[in-house]
Amino acid sequence: MTVLLEIKNLWKDFGGFVATRDVSFDLEEGERHAIIGPNGAGKTTFFNLITGHMAPSKGTVKFRGRDITGMPPHKVVKLGLARSFQRINIFPRMTLFENVQVALMSREGQSTNMFKLCFDLHVEETYELLETVHLREAAHETAGELAYGKQKQLELAIALAEKPDVLLLDEPTAGMSPSETNEAIRLIDRITKERGLTLLFTEHDMGVVFGISDRISVLHHGEIIARGLPDEVRNDPDVRRIYLGEAADDAA
Amino acid sequence: MTAPLTAFGKVACLVILLALLALPVIGSDYLIDIGTEMLIFALFALSLNLIIGYSGNVSFGHAAYFAIGGYVNAILLTTYGWPLLPAFVTGVLAATLTAAVVAYFCTRLTDIYFAMLTLAFSMLVWAIAFKWRSVTHGDDGFVGVTVPALLDDRMRFYYFTVIIVVASIAVLWVITHSAFGRSLVAVRENLGRAGFIGIHTRRMRWQAFVVAGFFAGVAGALFGMLIKGMYVESAFWTQSAQVLIMTLLGGIYSFFGPIIGAAVLFMLERLTNEYTEYWPTVLGVILLVILLFLPDGLVGLGKRLTAKAKGKDKTEGAT
Amino acid sequence: MIDLIRDLSPGLATLLTNPQFAFIQLMNSISQGMNLFIIAAGLSLIFGVLKVINFAHGVFYMFGAYVMYSVSQEFGAPFWLGALAAAGALGLIALLIERTLFRQIYEAEHLMQLLLTFAIVLIMGDVAKIIWGTDQYSVSYPASMSGATDLGVTFYPTYRLMLCLIGPVILILLYWFAERTRWGRMTRAATQDREMLAALGVNVPVIYTSVFVIGSMLAGFGGALASPFSSPVPGMDATLIVDCFVIVIVGGLGSLWGSFVGALLYGLVFNFGSVIFPNAQDIFAFMLLLIVLLIRPWGLFGKPEAGGH
Repeated sequence: MTVLLEIKNLWKDFGGFVATRDVSFDLEEGERHAIIGPNGAGKTTFFNLITGHMAPSKGTVKFRGRDITGMPPHKVVKLGLARSFQRINIFPRMTLFENVQVALMSREGQSTNMFKLCFDLHVEETYELLETVHLREAAHETAGELAYGKQKQLELAIALAEKPDVLLLDEPTAGMSPSETNEAIRLIDRITKERGLTLLFTEHDMGVVFGISDRISVLHHGEIIARGLPDEVRNDPDVRRIYLGEAADDAA
Repeated sequence: MTAPLTAFGKVACLVILLALLALPVIGSDYLIDIGTEMLIFALFALSLNLIIGYSGNVSFGHAAYFAIGGYVNAILLTTYGWPLLPAFVTGVLAATLTAAVVAYFCTRLTDIYFAMLTLAFSMLVWAIAFKWRSVTHGDDGFVGVTVPALLDDRMRFYYFTVIIVVASIAVLWVITHSAFGRSLVAVRENLGRAGFIGIHTRRMRWQAFVVAGFFAGVAGALFGMLIKGMYVESAFWTQSAQVLIMTLLGGIYSFFGPIIGAAVLFMLERLTNEYTEYWPTVLGVILLVILLFLPDGLVGLGKRLTAKAKGKDKTEGAT
Repeated sequence: MIDLIRDLSPGLATLLTNPQFAFIQLMNSISQGMNLFIIAAGLSLIFGVLKVINFAHGVFYMFGAYVMYSVSQEFGAPFWLGALAAAGALGLIALLIERTLFRQIYEAEHLMQLLLTFAIVLIMGDVAKIIWGTDQYSVSYPASMSGATDLGVTFYPTYRLMLCLIGPVILILLYWFAERTRWGRMTRAATQDREMLAALGVNVPVIYTSVFVIGSMLAGFGGALASPFSSPVPGMDATLIVDCFVIVIVGGLGSLWGSFVGALLYGLVFNFGSVIFPNAQDIFAFMLLLIVLLIRPWGLFGKPEAGGH
């Protein structure tokens, strides 16, 4: 197995508060890896450090052997790392079609081209991507007016438009109803398999986590306290004490 | 705002173009003068909207580039006796280059800080125009601009303006409907997300600012020749505010909005001045009405009314 | 050496050879700076809490100067009564504007708020013309301060000396209000998180109103103090507001100390700049602004904007 993402001794502190503490982590090609941990464990910060939204205080992030520590987001994504966000993060006053199309234009390096009219660019691929996330019919509706679950699906389509090797999903089912969650999981499962994507995701819904991940890492107070196959993590005494108790409360 | 022209839009453009060409035949000298000036301000407002409506930043110093285009062209024509073409091109290039430098710094910032920095730079331009008396004649104004004989005629200058402005509008239409234009709207809509689909957002905002500076320079150069003079007021922040109001009145979420805004405001000003000296109050009240009741401008209002007439419930949409 | 300097800039040579002249320039810088500080502090206070850049602040200043003229010259009231009346009048006007107009758009984009203040500039500029016409008025110095005071080094106009002292007094008063009173703690909390404050049961609109009123009173008061040497006339607001922008941006938007230091710097650059290179003082002020912005885009005492690039 090749290691796609190699993180060594990553630290991040915000004026004394340590959000990420000496995290080392490998993501292998083709695996589906979940990061779990209670609220405030530092999951989103960890993602932001990988994708260049924040610069780490110490440590390195390598992607395919290349050092990408502190590289700005727009360059990171060009290397093949796409992500979705915990909060809805789309282009609200544009149509769904346009939302996906701008991502395709960016991938093809056309964003700064002032004299190429946009009407005929990537029309088929845009519709295909919308079809993939079941939004083909809504292509010309305004994105900001969609239902929450559909906006999440649109996010996925935007991320896929970058043709990434690695997909980072930050709580892909946050705020969804149980039926929406099920549908979203089936969608993610299908897409990652079909496209052979490596998946790194954070999630609070334990059903989702154990359902689709190959490996799990547990983040607590900014530190990775356990990692391994789902069953190993499930039976880890530290995890049981710190995390699953809280998860059981959540479920109740 | 990046959608293709509808059939109605195409017909409307054609009709307006024909009306512009026919104006001197049916109109008086007074109408021709008004038409020329209106066209110039339409271009000025349209150029500003590239920054406001498309890239989502408020420039409070757009008059600087208008003034630079106007002054450089006027000075080269008059003081140095340059022919029209090099003088005009140099004027526009001077505006563009200044915009490129200013934008380099301004695009490091967003929101209110961006607005304040554009204002600061424009006031520097104003101060230079004001104090560099030997070249600009300061607050006496740079009067008596030598307009080339070919254009020193009301009707010829009108047609010259029509050609330049219509061509500029066409180029701006292509730019705003290009891959760049649509991506720029994405930058406006969500700067962070745009960055993470790989768009170099700062470069995009810089590019928009430079193009806007270019066309403001074109408008300024035309203006200096029309009124045969340049005055420091053209660089003052109140001029920047005026063009901002034009843009806003027409509607920033539509390509043609600023043109309509410029035309309407310009005519209102002329009409008001016939009856009262209190044009600023009228302008202030118009502004209040836009802010409190017409956030998407006249074009937005028009769309809402048509939507209502058609019995649709959608209020948002894009030209 | 001094001859070379004299050739390049006679003003600079005089500064270097004549300590009295240099001292007077220094005092002029401080007195002008302190007058501007009083006005700019109001602008900065309003921005700090309401996040509104108030273009109408300059027109408030102009009204302050006009009210001063009417009260002290037309009605013959004492100077200080005029200054208080100016502050009071602007407080009332601000209260009215905040309650009727501003309140509508606190949630709107910054552009909308900024343009609303510009609409007020346009309308109030005309209102001033209707009330006071277009003449330039003069306001006399208060009787007790019309002379000059011996400072040892040289004589200096008493009124301007008073401005040098009143600036720090206002600074201390504002500082005390912000740090030591309940109102001050609330306003500081409101700058950080207005939703949270509202959730805690604090009446946020009242805080907003009070901040807007106090900020505007400072503009009126500053205009009254400026009126003896900066005669009330239409258009006096347009350049003043730009000076104030320079000061608060140099100092850092929303920072009290920032506007104090910014105002002093502005006074120094303006006065010494115009001695060393006559006729270029405006350019120096904007150069100061640009240099600060290029090094610290959020100003000397400001904090970097959140989420910016």
